[in-house]
Amino acid sequence: MIPLPDGPVPARADAVIVGGGINGLAVSVELARRGLKDIVVLERAYLGSGSTGRCGGGIRQVWTTEENILLARESVACYERLAGELGLHTYFRQGGYLMVTEDAAQLDTLRDAVALQNRCGVRSEYLQPRDCLKLVPQLDVDRLAGALFCPDDGTAYPFSVVWGYARAAQRLGVRIFIRTALRDVTLEGDRIAGVRTDRGDIATPRLINCAGPWARTLAAKVGVALPNRQERHEIMVSESCKPFLDPMVISISNGIYFSQSMRGELLGGIGDPGEPHWNDPGQFDTRSQLRFAVRFARALINYYPPAANLRLMRQWAGMYDVTPDHRPILGGVPGLDGYFHACGFSGHGFMLAPVAARKMARHILTDESDPIIDSLSLDRFSSGDIEVDAFVVG
Amino acid sequence: MSKRILCRCEDVTRDEFGKAFAEGFTELESLKRYTGVSTGFCQGKGCLVEAALELAALRGVPPGEIRLTNIRPPIEPVSFAELAGLEPPPLLGALEDADGEDAP
Repeated sequence: MIPLPDGPVPARADAVIVGGGINGLAVSVELARRGLKDIVVLERAYLGSGSTGRCGGGIRQVWTTEENILLARESVACYERLAGELGLHTYFRQGGYLMVTEDAAQLDTLRDAVALQNRCGVRSEYLQPRDCLKLVPQLDVDRLAGALFCPDDGTAYPFSVVWGYARAAQRLGVRIFIRTALRDVTLEGDRIAGVRTDRGDIATPRLINCAGPWARTLAAKVGVALPNRQERHEIMVSESCKPFLDPMVISISNGIYFSQSMRGELLGGIGDPGEPHWNDPGQFDTRSQLRFAVRFARALINYYPPAANLRLMRQWAGMYDVTPDHRPILGGVPGLDGYFHACGFSGHGFMLAPVAARKMARHILTDESDPIIDSLSLDRFSSGDIEVDAFVVG
Repeated sequence: MSKRILCRCEDVTRDEFGKAFAEGFTELESLKRYTGVSTGFCQGKGCLVEAALELAALRGVPPGEIRLTNIRPPIEPVSFAELAGLEPPPLLGALEDADGEDAP
């Protein structure tokens, strides 16, 4: 793993990646696998300390837009092989995703989504409420209008994945600096020339912005205006108990999601329409609130009554980096040589990172075009023609 | 191999903690997530300070130089039934002061 740094950053690098979360580390591995030398990753705190390590670890293919489904399908395929490739247990478990709704008006959306997912090669199915009992025997199905289930979705432990990528990166010669903050970026005309950090300056022709909720501020340093906004989301774990819940249960009616971790804890969160949005990292406030615990407990017991006697053990919050269409921003920016970003994952960075990193590395090092990178480029927002995925939950 | 226990809830020995340190996990934040120290039922009340002292010894620094992990609510585990019996309080906005890793 990555110990505290004992010296300055190198004077030059072929690429500097900002952010030691899953996206930054995965991009570093994919660039190094493609032969790029002298890659530096900068992390202001510890690996996974931003959004990655605070997330619920869900990995799902059940979306309503084709790009999201295709990206997620490839990502699940990556996760199925990842532990072997990285040489570290990722705790990836395919218990499936059971997406439920109490609202009959959403049933057409569920059916259309299943049809699109099936066309994209995802084997999800539409379920009547009573069918959910085969998957989660004590679910209160009387309150449900319908559901969809995808057996190949699942969860993994975010920190294991982060450490696995970090170790793979180290084996490939990537230098990772934790507790190292980026101060500024230097430009020469219309190209990236280097970065200033609190451990010295690095001359580099490539800057890759994987800074999650800090990405917008970093982009502003090179004159790139990202439309991302930052939101707080809370999550919790219960005390551990014997295995009782196979799939992730997620509601598109009220935004609750919960699953059982491989340590036996119930792990879950719930969106709150009133969550504040912040534009300046100085405003970020990720402390916990009783309001979350109460709202989560109420929604949990409604769906799953036996949880009433289980105890909430720990809660915490993290930041979503949210774009106007809740889909990531990948690629570069015309007219600014050497600048790239993989950000705006809108709460879904952990599940999409393995495949996003592969596409980013190919985009950075070759001229090959990729329809997904093209459709997720920043300039989609200036055309005004954006499609929002209907299954944004949490 | 020493069987001296560091974290009783998660059954982590001092030996295992030291091995994780030797693998390059040199901060409590990462040691907590790698070994499980302080993530069990007591949420660190029985082991977090012990873990910090152990880490100080491993790093050869005074204990005051070890940054503790954030202490998260609730103080004691609370049943979902008890929580569900409360009215959700209003959402608090950004507060004025904070400490630890989460500080603005």
